[in-house]
Amino acid sequence: MNYNIIKDKVNHLFQFDKFESVSGIPSVFWTIVQKEFTDYIRSWRIIILLAIILLTCIGSLYTAITSIQDAIDQAAGDAEEIGRHSYLFLQLFTVSDGTLPSFITFVGFLGPLLGIALGFDAINSERNKGTLSRLMAQPIPRDFVITGKFIASLLLCAILFFSLGLLVTALGILILGIPPTLEEFLRILFFLFLCIVYIAFWLNLGILFSVIFKQAATSALSSIAIWLFFSIFYSMIINLFSKSYLNPNSLTTIEDALDRSTFILNLLRISPNYLFNESTTTLLSPTVRSLGPLTVEQTVGAVASPLPFSQSLLLIWPQLTGLIAATLICFAIAYIIFMRQEIRAH
Amino acid sequence: MTEPIIKIDNLTKQYEDQVAVNQLSLSIKKGEIFGLLGPNGAGKTTTILMLLGLSEPTAGTVRVCGIDSTRNPIEVKRKVGYLPDDVGFYQNMTGLENLIYTARLNGLDSKEAEKRALYLLDKVKLIDAAHKKAGKYSRGMRQRLGLADVLIKNPEVIILDEPTLGIDPEGVRDFLQLIKQLNVEEKITVLLSSHHLHQVQQICDRVGIFVKGKLIAEGNMETLAQKLFLEDTFTIYVQCNPISEELKDAIKGLPNVNKVEINDDYMIIYCKEDVSPIISKTVIEKGASLYNIQRKNFGLDEIYHRYFEGRENDELQHH
Repeated sequence: MNYNIIKDKVNHLFQFDKFESVSGIPSVFWTIVQKEFTDYIRSWRIIILLAIILLTCIGSLYTAITSIQDAIDQAAGDAEEIGRHSYLFLQLFTVSDGTLPSFITFVGFLGPLLGIALGFDAINSERNKGTLSRLMAQPIPRDFVITGKFIASLLLCAILFFSLGLLVTALGILILGIPPTLEEFLRILFFLFLCIVYIAFWLNLGILFSVIFKQAATSALSSIAIWLFFSIFYSMIINLFSKSYLNPNSLTTIEDALDRSTFILNLLRISPNYLFNESTTTLLSPTVRSLGPLTVEQTVGAVASPLPFSQSLLLIWPQLTGLIAATLICFAIAYIIFMRQEIRAH
Repeated sequence: MTEPIIKIDNLTKQYEDQVAVNQLSLSIKKGEIFGLLGPNGAGKTTTILMLLGLSEPTAGTVRVCGIDSTRNPIEVKRKVGYLPDDVGFYQNMTGLENLIYTARLNGLDSKEAEKRALYLLDKVKLIDAAHKKAGKYSRGMRQRLGLADVLIKNPEVIILDEPTLGIDPEGVRDFLQLIKQLNVEEKITVLLSSHHLHQVQQICDRVGIFVKGKLIAEGNMETLAQKLFLEDTFTIYVQCNPISEELKDAIKGLPNVNKVEINDDYMIIYCKEDVSPIISKTVIEKGASLYNIQRKNFGLDEIYHRYFEGRENDELQHH
């Protein structure tokens, strides 16, 4: 039974560009998703953003490849051997020669913008154009509208990021001539998944604001304000605070110092940006062994080697669940408010 | 007697500090065109939203086609088409695409959807603009597209909220004719709300006057006029100069005159019988020059205007 449902869903998913599902019964929900998806890929706003993301990715890939090739040239040994040991392939996403930021920096920067751009006018534009009341007069459950929009945007992000990531991988193989190991490939896939979750958070924040604010401009500016706050000002504020809080003069014991720095770290982790950065760094740089302060005692006896994939994953598990939870909370709030909202043209 | 297709019982909607709809009871028979008349903010749209199950009533029940709108809104929406005031379309989609989307939301498959959309576009005379972006449609075209959009689900009832707002007179006439035609040919029940009274007058079988959440009168034009204005059956318009206080009192004192209203250079006299000869005589006796005197005919506008005027005066007195 369950299997059939899943099969049906999958069929819908892959056939959603056709007008009918396999079973012959048109699914209203996928009609909405399809329409929203078409709207997105036709809108200039999204086309421009996609073009920017594509260009920056090519740019960062170029700088990464040139710096990796330099490194390989300098090292005299077998290139493939070097690649194995230093996770060279993953560096495609992280390394930069300083002229252009790396792939993860770009994604961390442009991803939220894409999410916000997809979500900020989801509901209020329908309301302002007078299409919402018309839509609501059709025999569809109200939540189809908001869920349909969410799924369509998520689908767009997923397609975009998986194709981008795999494209970078493919180009990397072609140009560097080093195939990624299975572990590297899994890390890349997980990193892409993480990107989608991160963008989904900003997307849902946008949708939430689009439900709350009647004007699309207000909701866009509020979303961008929150994004700016977390990406620039939040860490500044925490740094300012930590300067006095972690002042060596006021620290008495090591425990105290540890407690305090953990506290600061947890404060930083309120920001989704920080969570995202921590997790991507851990995933793409296997040499990262811990995300908190480590005492010398703890490091004594540790094998000085990169972490295996499962351990890296374990390390970022709280960050990942935290991000997913934040995403779901935003969506839940938007959903509840939308379900209770009065449907009026104005 | 057939079961009414729309049955509203003691419907009440209370917002935080105001009652939008107050114990409204109304039934509409199948095949009727019913006009809901009332000023802005009278609660017409709220009532319509409750009919569709888009807004939950505080008390009372709404049944459309025998289905409870509050409990089972989706079933109701399968049978009822709703054209909101200031209807909007997806501007980057063509008129045809907009209609097909609505059809698909109503469960039609793509072939049927396109066929029906084209048929309806032809019916509302938009077939030439079918492949034009909806954003480029004029207000009147949008309204006609809205009508096609409402009809695509083959509804038993259509509800039109202020359908004639913002269309030019020619467009209004065409639009109303189209509604009438649908009513006759397809036996669709029509509920339309408006504050444009003479337009409604042209096509409605029955009219309900709705003020501050209450239905104060319903019936066809004649019964409505009788119900509301048993007293002031005649209105006489008098243009003369000067209009003195003395003159006003004298006219007020005439038999059968109920009320005198004075504006800049004319007055309107409400009376039980046609007393224009006596009025003209009085005007001249009081030394004023009479320029124009005429009896006004009843229109819904008049009924409406006079009703509200009375009400406002009442309210002023209460305060």
